[in-house]
Amino acid sequence: MRRRLLAWSLVVLTAPFAAGAREAPPVGQDPVIEQRMMALAEELRCLVCQNQTLADSHADLAVDLRQEIRELMQKGQSDEQVKRYLVARYGDFVLYRPPLKSTTWLLWFGPAVLLVGGLATLYLVLLRRRRLLAAEPLNEDQEKRALALLSEDEGQPS
Amino acid sequence: MRYLRYLIPLAAFVVLTGFLMKGLWMDPHTVPSPLIDKPAPEFRLTQVADPGKSIGRDDMLGKVWLLNVWASWCVSCREEHPVLVEFAKTGMVPIYGLDYKDTRDEALKWLERLGNPYQASLFDPDGRVGIDYGVYGVPETYVIDRTGTIRYKQIGPITPEILHDKIVPLLRKLNA
Repeated sequence: MRRRLLAWSLVVLTAPFAAGAREAPPVGQDPVIEQRMMALAEELRCLVCQNQTLADSHADLAVDLRQEIRELMQKGQSDEQVKRYLVARYGDFVLYRPPLKSTTWLLWFGPAVLLVGGLATLYLVLLRRRRLLAAEPLNEDQEKRALALLSEDEGQPS
Repeated sequence: MRYLRYLIPLAAFVVLTGFLMKGLWMDPHTVPSPLIDKPAPEFRLTQVADPGKSIGRDDMLGKVWLLNVWASWCVSCREEHPVLVEFAKTGMVPIYGLDYKDTRDEALKWLERLGNPYQASLFDPDGRVGIDYGVYGVPETYVIDRTGTIRYKQIGPITPEILHDKIVPLLRKLNA
């Protein structure tokens, strides 16, 4: 029973690797197109494993899409046209560099707005602190005490 | 009034936490499809059950229908299948399958074993039509209206809740 369990767990654990061990997909003949395709695929997101580029991914869909890009390029389409083809099907999400439009303003400008806002707040806080310090000079008693404390400090090893 | 300014960081924290909480419940694999409210992409494919018969997009004009992308190798499809079989029995809408990157033999065996909710299944062995429909995670389901426009896309398995909350109300509206 135990042995059987072990055998099964081995099968289950190694199954993902078996799925990867498939015939190599056909690689394009034309090295120029191959290079262009890979350069473009670096800019595109694989929708199956979302944090990988289309160039890196071994997902089935990524292999298919690379083939699709290859064929579109062989038909003489420009990089821009290929991108439009993919965006029409999968949305802006395939682009690692999303286009600038009203729905992506927050994405593009949010960090800059936060930074400027933070710096402005810091500036205002510092300005006010300086004004507070300047506004309250020491009175006589305080000054004496301060001097006394300072002189006490002198001569002692710090 | 003086203490109000101390509430600002707290308020900011609550807002931030709100966003993060929302993020927790969102599925990052559900990417909004650009095809919603656009004409369904053109296709003409042979049927799984009969290589001699083909169906094209325009054959479907004039009726509301579901296109369900499935495959015999797809684990989540198996989970979804009984829901579709049950739903097909209501006869509310014709369901067509798109058998994605599969073999005819496997697909037919699968349908025989688990039941066939489809009017017909279209055979897309190299996944070309799948790419045109922006399929990236089988199963996916499209609701297509009389004019051939995609009105809804479900990514991942249809559950009874999704049927009840999203798909059935939409079908009622489209069929009205």
